[in-house]
Amino acid sequence: MPELKPLREAFGDAMVKLGSTYPEIVAIDCDLAGATKIDKFKSAFPDRFFQFGIQEMNAIGVGAGMANSGFRPFVASFAAFITGRYDQIRISVALDNSAVVIVGSHPGLAIGKDGATQMGLEDVNLMRGMPNMIVLQPADHIETREMMNYIVSSRKPMYLRISRQPVPDINNEDYKFEFGKGVVLKEGNDITLIASGGPVHIALEVAKELEKEGKSIRVINIHTIKPIDQDLILKAAQETKGIITIEDHSIYGGLGSAVAEVVAEAGMGKRVKRLGVKDVFGESADAKELYRKHELDKEGILKNVKEFYSRI
Amino acid sequence: MTSSIRNTLNRIIHPSALGGHYVYNRAEEERARQLNLLSAKVRLLTIDSIYRAGSGHGGTSLSIVDIITALLFHRLNWNKFLGDVKGKSAEDQWQHWQNPELPRDRFVLSKGHGIPSWYAALAVGGYIDKDELGKLRTMDSRLQGHPERKRFPFIDGSTGSLGQGQSVALGYALANKTRGKGEKVYCIIGDGECNEGQVWEAAMSAPKFELDNLVYIIDFNKKQSEGDNDDVMNVEWLHSRWKVFRWHVQRIDGHDMKSLVRALEECDKVKGKPHAIIADTHKGYLGGGETFMAGGHNPVIDQESFEKAARFLGDLANSYARA
Repeated sequence: MPELKPLREAFGDAMVKLGSTYPEIVAIDCDLAGATKIDKFKSAFPDRFFQFGIQEMNAIGVGAGMANSGFRPFVASFAAFITGRYDQIRISVALDNSAVVIVGSHPGLAIGKDGATQMGLEDVNLMRGMPNMIVLQPADHIETREMMNYIVSSRKPMYLRISRQPVPDINNEDYKFEFGKGVVLKEGNDITLIASGGPVHIALEVAKELEKEGKSIRVINIHTIKPIDQDLILKAAQETKGIITIEDHSIYGGLGSAVAEVVAEAGMGKRVKRLGVKDVFGESADAKELYRKHELDKEGILKNVKEFYSRI
Repeated sequence: MTSSIRNTLNRIIHPSALGGHYVYNRAEEERARQLNLLSAKVRLLTIDSIYRAGSGHGGTSLSIVDIITALLFHRLNWNKFLGDVKGKSAEDQWQHWQNPELPRDRFVLSKGHGIPSWYAALAVGGYIDKDELGKLRTMDSRLQGHPERKRFPFIDGSTGSLGQGQSVALGYALANKTRGKGEKVYCIIGDGECNEGQVWEAAMSAPKFELDNLVYIIDFNKKQSEGDNDDVMNVEWLHSRWKVFRWHVQRIDGHDMKSLVRALEECDKVKGKPHAIIADTHKGYLGGGETFMAGGHNPVIDQESFEKAARFLGDLANSYARA
């Protein structure tokens, strides 16, 4: 059994490591530093950590002002809360093309027992619809670390969605993050599973399991949800018989929608099945139970893949 | 308390009742005369550009003209950098003016709908060509109906969705303080805009960081889109509200140039606190006690009203020029 690690640890560690090299990095917290792990940066660079309390709207605007002054601010809170301040992000960050990184932690059903109000299930949809905004979601520890190197080298507005649940490493230590490029984790010719964030390792397990039954399944990790890797998606649509997308997010407006848009516009006539949360809010329960209910656990995805096979 | 009594209270609590009298010297009187002359010119160009555009918020642009004139022509350290951008391409202007390293003061117009008067002031000051004002609200123009920083360098934040610009201004001030830079940050906020919760988030947080390099000027014209402030959403005792948030608060006549200049200079003297200047103004104010189109929020300007105002402002400018 591989070691399971929460990605926020990797995020916090990367903030500290990069903080020395990049004096322009500042952290703006909304009273959740311990949860988002941006508190690691606070300990290392107290003069570049700004506690704005439970003022997400204000914190976003402050981030924009600091970014326009040359800083690279990370404004961090729970995904649901920070993207809930949509208009502040839309105007002060996206329209002004300000170099702010909006960090949304604790997204999706995976946060479990805290319930619907705390679950960011529409956040990718909101951020993806915004001009100028880049949407990133790492799938493991190594990818988080490498993605952070890219983020601080850029001065574009970004939304960084960081899963809370501990996940195993699926990439090797020598993994290189390439912005805007999907990662083929496993080759296959029958169908393609395209996943992002926390569920990526589950998709990989499903594909490996079905391989034993002689099924050849391609697995793609999309870490850059916007701009999405159209070439890799079209290649998968061309070379396999259909695509299943997997995300801990609403099936509206997230990864699944992005993939479906690409395939539909190309007029390829290939089926795209979206797995995710089907236009309902979350609820309190153990994360594993919620993944089971919404068919995002291994068994649920397996069931959907088998059904998909029968329809292509 | 009925809204009419609240409105009356707002009007009678005037700076003279709060701060006592101040005797101005001759140099201050002379500077005020020069600024008033500029103000009349800015008002004329403001009305002219809105008239030509066929739409725009005349009333709310005119109430802040004196504040804007005092800022641009007396307070902001912009003039010394003007030579670097004059005659340059729009792209070069943007790159130079928005370079974070340029040691200039910052200005955010949080009440973005008042932007025509800022464009007009920039034209009077030579930052943009007067002819460009004719492009207000037209295709491909830098002069958007509400200010957009990416298109136009001489504004430090896109605004128009109210209650947001003051936080961006706070960010500039925090950045300057963090870097030990002495430049100041000015932001004009509407009184109706103070309905927005985010304004009070900024009000709560700026004193925590002791941002004495941050000045908010609240355009207290007592009206908003749907009528009197207090009929829409009460903002009475505005000065007291900022005081309890631990700001350095001054209340002044926002159309009296000497008071404006003095209040802005006073902000340099008070350390350790951010500054709020509550400026009593009138919507649609033309100067000399006159009001444009009954102080309407965004009236469509007819030819007769335009010509009448233009004549009045021409005469007013002449009176300041001769004095």
